[in-house]
Amino acid sequence: MSDEKQIFEKVVEILKPYAKNPDALASVSQETDILGGLKVNSARLVDVVLAFEDAFGIEVADDDADKVQTVGDAVRLIQGKLA
Amino acid sequence: MTRRVVVTGMGVVAPNGVGLAAFDAALREGRSGVRHLPRLAELGFGCTVAGVPPGVDAAAEAAFDAEMLLAMNANHRMGALAAIEAWADAGFERPRPDDDRVHWEAGAVLGTGVGGLDTVGGKLVPMTDAGKVRRMGSTMVEQVMGSGVSARVSGLLALGNQVTSNSSACSTGTEAVLEGVARIRAGLAERMLCGGSEGDSHYIWAGFDAMRVLSRRFNEEPERASRPMSASAGGFVPAAGAGVLHLESLESAERRGARIHAEVLGGALNCGGHRGGGSMTAPNPEGVRRCIRAGLADAGITPREVGAISGHLTATGADPNEVEAWAAALEAAPGALPPITATKSMIGHALGAAGGIESVACVLMLRGGYVHASLNCEDVHPRVEPFAASIPHETRPLPALRTIAKASFGFGDVNACVVFGKWDGR
Repeated sequence: MSDEKQIFEKVVEILKPYAKNPDALASVSQETDILGGLKVNSARLVDVVLAFEDAFGIEVADDDADKVQTVGDAVRLIQGKLA
Repeated sequence: MTRRVVVTGMGVVAPNGVGLAAFDAALREGRSGVRHLPRLAELGFGCTVAGVPPGVDAAAEAAFDAEMLLAMNANHRMGALAAIEAWADAGFERPRPDDDRVHWEAGAVLGTGVGGLDTVGGKLVPMTDAGKVRRMGSTMVEQVMGSGVSARVSGLLALGNQVTSNSSACSTGTEAVLEGVARIRAGLAERMLCGGSEGDSHYIWAGFDAMRVLSRRFNEEPERASRPMSASAGGFVPAAGAGVLHLESLESAERRGARIHAEVLGGALNCGGHRGGGSMTAPNPEGVRRCIRAGLADAGITPREVGAISGHLTATGADPNEVEAWAAALEAAPGALPPITATKSMIGHALGAAGGIESVACVLMLRGGYVHASLNCEDVHPRVEPFAASIPHETRPLPALRTIAKASFGFGDVNACVVFGKWDGR
């Protein structure tokens, strides 16, 4: 699952239950900010990253996870791990 | 002049009825919610029956969003469902998450006896021991912290007054009600959501089974297993659920034209000090009598004005002591004791939730003018026999019922007694 579109769609699916802003979710793009835009509770980023690990069979170091701000950041991080 | 406190809303998640209407109907019909639990048999428990409220997960999924549900164990689900029902029953809208207004005048005391052991036993301990802390996720603390339920409810309802969770074992729910009454009387809050909740978890019940204090002889007949005041009572039936009262100052209730279910006339809390026969697990009888007497005094009624008794009555060997304590506290000769009933005969013992659920039952009985049946004591215990005429084996209509005294006792030798009064407009 290294196709960028597939990864993007999977990332959005994982974020969906945590997103408190349905409007931002409906128009989500690579540039959408996860905390500021989707209004994901910052404490739940841990759970989102664990879900990435499970979904893509990767391991994400805490320092890498800390750099993720937008949906695109997450997609690129996962792509890099899968490459 | 002490401020008067009234009940303007209620919510309940009980083994024999989820929601006020279902619970009221179950009480009137004397319907048991105790069922066989195969899991307990698989695990080798002596007691393989329990009172578990039906359909809680489906109700929670309809009421709470997906992100919240990930962080809500059984205790949170039951407590929050009862709290939002009480809030709505009191005539308030559930606030939208993006509405920044806070109800500064409203708070919560929502207690729990043991707490989120399903989370502790199912995830926290096994993952920690397996070296998987990194993969545990963010939702452990809020589910296992002592104040988890009240914290969850304060966020759901934008509560801005004191929000806390009390814990006093099996007197927790009743203690919560009295804590809320005290806060409103003192003028520190106008409205308080008060009661208790306890999740269904074999980890919670295991310790009681190990003590041999759970019912073991009626596993094949679950509905007969909870037998308060019976000669064949052999322990309590473990249960889960939640019961919450929306308490309000009379001024606030009248100002907004709220429908008033009943008045909390007063109550008392104490501890027997583990002396005079009291211990970690048994009450000092003098402490019990004092608590009941102090509760009546605080409520401003005489023993003769008690119209009915909702006992703690768990179906252990302590029941005869309790009945004798009520008779002594009320100075009632055999035959003169008011009707005495055990809600636990239908639902088992929901531990920290018991006082909350049973307080809801008291208010329903006062409103409806009845005393619900106390099941499974056809064979009244010999020491209770002198008071047998006071036990309603079937639901008793009692239209003139004006006051109910309810007591809860807990490990630690702690006692709570609350007195509810019928509301007839003044």
